[in-house]
Amino acid sequence: MSSSATATATQTFPVERVRADFPILATEMNGKPLVFLDSAASSQKPQVVIDAIAHYYQTDHANVHRGVYALSQRATDAFESARATVAKYINAADVHEVIWTRGCTEGINLVASSYGQRLRPGDEIVLTTMEHHSNIVPWQLLAQRTGAVIKVVPVTETGELDIDAYRALLTDRTAIVSVVHVSNALGTVNPVVEMTRLAHGAGAVILVDGAQAIPHEQVDVQAIGCDFYVFSGHKMLGPTGQGVLWGKRELLESMPPYQGGGEMIDRVSFGGTTFNTIPLRFEAGTPNIAGAVGLAKAVDYLRELGVDNIERYESTLLAYATQQMSEIEGFRVIGTAAEKHSVLSFLVDEIHPYDIGTLLDKQGVAVRTGHHCCQPLMDHYGIPGTVRASFALYNTTEDVDRLVAATKRSVKMLR
Amino acid sequence: MTLEQRQQEIIEEFETFDDWMDKYEHIIELGKSLPLIDEGYKDDDHLIRGCQSQVWLHADPAGDRLKFTADSDAIITKGLVSLMVRVLDGLPAKQIAAAELDFVDKIGLHEHLSPTRSNGLRSMVKQMKLYGFALDAQLNAADHAR
Repeated sequence: MSSSATATATQTFPVERVRADFPILATEMNGKPLVFLDSAASSQKPQVVIDAIAHYYQTDHANVHRGVYALSQRATDAFESARATVAKYINAADVHEVIWTRGCTEGINLVASSYGQRLRPGDEIVLTTMEHHSNIVPWQLLAQRTGAVIKVVPVTETGELDIDAYRALLTDRTAIVSVVHVSNALGTVNPVVEMTRLAHGAGAVILVDGAQAIPHEQVDVQAIGCDFYVFSGHKMLGPTGQGVLWGKRELLESMPPYQGGGEMIDRVSFGGTTFNTIPLRFEAGTPNIAGAVGLAKAVDYLRELGVDNIERYESTLLAYATQQMSEIEGFRVIGTAAEKHSVLSFLVDEIHPYDIGTLLDKQGVAVRTGHHCCQPLMDHYGIPGTVRASFALYNTTEDVDRLVAATKRSVKMLR
Repeated sequence: MTLEQRQQEIIEEFETFDDWMDKYEHIIELGKSLPLIDEGYKDDDHLIRGCQSQVWLHADPAGDRLKFTADSDAIITKGLVSLMVRVLDGLPAKQIAAAELDFVDKIGLHEHLSPTRSNGLRSMVKQMKLYGFALDAQLNAADHAR
């Protein structure tokens, strides 16, 4: 990208105003102004989200769904209106299709445990080489319990899924496909619309892990057409411990409960218990009410800025970072897919990622190093891991410049 | 040199560095000069798996003492590994098992022993002490049997 194009995109997005909304960005790390490039692991939080959580506890808190008093009603309203905000954001057909979870991982485990009960020996689960461990292990556990078989879609050298191989793996025994929307380790955006169409053609259901997609693009679950879509709030400016499982109503209604407890029941007796309707059937115990309130505020914040604007700005930043870093001798990008979001995974020569990450930390630059919970993917590339810089709406070209300078200095020390 | 003297020597060595860069340059140099573990020992039996980097450790008993050789795939970890080896290598097993390695704190590298780093170093120190403990127990048992 030309420097004038970078300048134009940078000028149209109000990044300085955005940065001022995130108090942590004004802090230091190891005595240097913080350059935070680990948003793919967890994003920082704007003041409005922090305030919304504090305000909820200061004025609205009581347990939800069972109080006859006004305060409990207020808490319930806040909680359920948060659900409606999220449902609208992802274009769910029905607010009841939004199930609160602790995060993406719990959403996958819920589907694997509950929907997975209908799997029979020899049924096939299709995953891909680029899945996060949290989209591998729950299915392995399910396969152990049921005798189902896991099939894996290979990844090409550029870090894209081999769609022909995917097509060939789909059979009449395929029960579930579970695929990441955007790779956390590579940034690759996968063709989930086409993959959904193909899965349905084979009579399978498909779950899309949207953890890395939802902070960076407008997700429309009906446009994708998938059966389940899961994500975490903490990667999209919301609090930790709050996530979402969206599922098609008729599927969720056909699924047995995941955990037992309060909220999820209709009537309990020792003779037999009947269960609540969705979404509460899948929300045993007192939920993370403040988490829901905080997440809804994060969604409002993203909407006000416009997710399309954010996506455009971030893609400019990624292109700029890729270009600037490429000037470092021995630099190579891991994951060069045509379509990527906000992740620059790299190595320099044979230098170990841990060494670069350690020296970047000393210079105030926060990146992630290692296998990024994607060991099968690292094995595919034959590397122990990568250094991963990931960008969010509050990062600037100055952040990129600091990354480049700090990487150059680190590499010089390590060579 | 005693354990204490060895630690003191390292502390004094690091006192001469003014900033993080000098310190890390020194660690990197140490990493580059660490005598490598015998290639034959770089196998799964000697591997201490960290999430971030990996360490290989071999212990050789010599009488009541232990000789250590070690290696890591990351150069900074390797530099730190070399400091650990320098402090504990050749000491009596009993002393190794009970060693308090406070030099790490004093030279400002405590973060590398933090569990969140998961670079294999913390587990390596634990393993070195376990080797010390095991050899000491073995020697005591032999004493009793006599």
